[in-house]
Amino acid sequence: MVAQRLVLGLLLIIAVSLILFLSVELLPGDLAEEILGQGATPETVAAFRRELGLDLPPHERYINWLFGMLQGDMGTSLANKRPIAELVGARFGNTLFLATYAAVIAVPLALTLGVLAALYRNGIYDRIVNIVTLTSISSPEFFVAYILILFFSVKFGWLPSIANLGDEHGFAERVYRLTLPAVTLTLVVVAHMMRMTRAAIINLLASPYIEMASLKGISKTRIIVHHALPNAWAPIINVIVINLAYLIVGVVVVEFVFVYPGLGQLMVDSVSKRDLPVVQASGMVFAGVYILLNLSADVAAILTNPRLLHPK
Amino acid sequence: MQRVFKSLAEAPLTAKFGVTVVLVYTAVALLAPVLAPYGETEIVGDSYEVWGGTYVLGTDNLGRDMLTRLIYGARNTIGIAFLTTTLCFLLGSVTGFLAATVGGWVDQVLSRVVDVLMSIPSLIFALVLLTIFGLSIINMVLVIAVLDATRVYRLSRAVAQGIVVMDYVEAARLRGEGLWWIMRREVLPNAMPPLVAEFGLRFVFVFLFISALSFLGLGIQPPTADWGSMVRDNATLITYGDITPLLPAAAIALLTVGVNFVVDWFLHKTSGLRDEH
Repeated sequence: MVAQRLVLGLLLIIAVSLILFLSVELLPGDLAEEILGQGATPETVAAFRRELGLDLPPHERYINWLFGMLQGDMGTSLANKRPIAELVGARFGNTLFLATYAAVIAVPLALTLGVLAALYRNGIYDRIVNIVTLTSISSPEFFVAYILILFFSVKFGWLPSIANLGDEHGFAERVYRLTLPAVTLTLVVVAHMMRMTRAAIINLLASPYIEMASLKGISKTRIIVHHALPNAWAPIINVIVINLAYLIVGVVVVEFVFVYPGLGQLMVDSVSKRDLPVVQASGMVFAGVYILLNLSADVAAILTNPRLLHPK
Repeated sequence: MQRVFKSLAEAPLTAKFGVTVVLVYTAVALLAPVLAPYGETEIVGDSYEVWGGTYVLGTDNLGRDMLTRLIYGARNTIGIAFLTTTLCFLLGSVTGFLAATVGGWVDQVLSRVVDVLMSIPSLIFALVLLTIFGLSIINMVLVIAVLDATRVYRLSRAVAQGIVVMDYVEAARLRGEGLWWIMRREVLPNAMPPLVAEFGLRFVFVFLFISALSFLGLGIQPPTADWGSMVRDNATLITYGDITPLLPAAAIALLTVGVNFVVDWFLHKTSGLRDEH
């Protein structure tokens, strides 16, 4: 089961890399003509094509690109001629740091709120939570971010509104500067994670063994914590990992608002400069992480569920 | 019509709120030239003028009237999002119904393609595609419509699969009706309720997607008035404690919340489903 899923995941990553690679082939003309513009002479275009390796057939270029990526050689940026691996590497670390920070706040918070909502379902608490989460799911990320900036950095002056980081900043300084971006991301994902936790637990509460337990007269809290939760872990782990995957991608807008030097901002900048190799490489990194996280959610679901682990 | 009013009167408060929001936004979008005090791209004063006086909500970074831009923004942003959602539904539901009705290798090929497309996060994929095709409204509409059609495909295929095994579809096939006829006259009417709800949710998603892209400067391009780029252009005001840039952002949030409330109510009404047992 697990092995099958891993093979599928690998195939998926290859398919995605193929799509990202081939989509560039959709360009009318090719990359060299696109960069040099209409005024370029055929000789310059041909020379530039050779420099970029565009004179090779597509399948060879694809193999070179893919193996280059695996060995940490992502080519060079068109905008500033620097190696892409250098650009992407440092920024990807920053993105991971921000996403992890947000996850550390969001996961425990969402689980607690979700269990409470399941416990007091149909009550006033549940109704309020429902409305609040629906609202926060519907709000654009930059709205949440600017409201937080308005209050916490402009009105009260507690936290910085710009999360620029250098190498000289230590861990504590980083955590302090990244508080607002991390809280923004938390607010964006908590609603979703909490709703899914609530649904997973309520789903379980409908099963006969829980009814049996409640007929025996066991207290509600005990039923949830000792009877429902152990079986709810699989769906909950799934929820957490899916949301982590969402976090990694959701950072793009938040990084932009807080001018945080992460991979998302690099990608947005490169899109406006039409720096295709950088967009392609960062797209591949994002998609790869996203697929790997979703894959581990599937594997975790199989491992925590005996029925899936030992199929008939 | 009377039935609609009756069920609306019995609807919960959140649904009434949602319906009101949607109606007001639609009216503003349609009547934009009548309601707006100035022209959409007209420069009327200095940049960043304060509220009150001649300019009710002040002016933006180029000295254009904020209220006017907000009103035209309703027309542009909602119009483009609506167009995108409609395209996305046409594409997604036709392919979804086709996969379910024909089955076999058509279904296999379409479904595997959709699987792969869905495994790439859509914002990232959209950024890559927009770099390749260039930034323009038409490209953005097409890219988002195609990427989002994958989700509509999944839903309409799943719904249609339950319908195509029914006796009346079998009867239509035996009668010699064509594929298009079966999809339009047998499958579509029965798949309507879930698709309508999905249309609302998709619209919210597409609307937020377009706003995010415009906010990043990669969506709707100036001088077209649009809520996402208005936030970006005036964002510096926040650091002076001025809430003007929050207005377009709030306009986005209010509409999406409203649509979500309406969809929530519609789902309860049509399915009779509650998540409690």
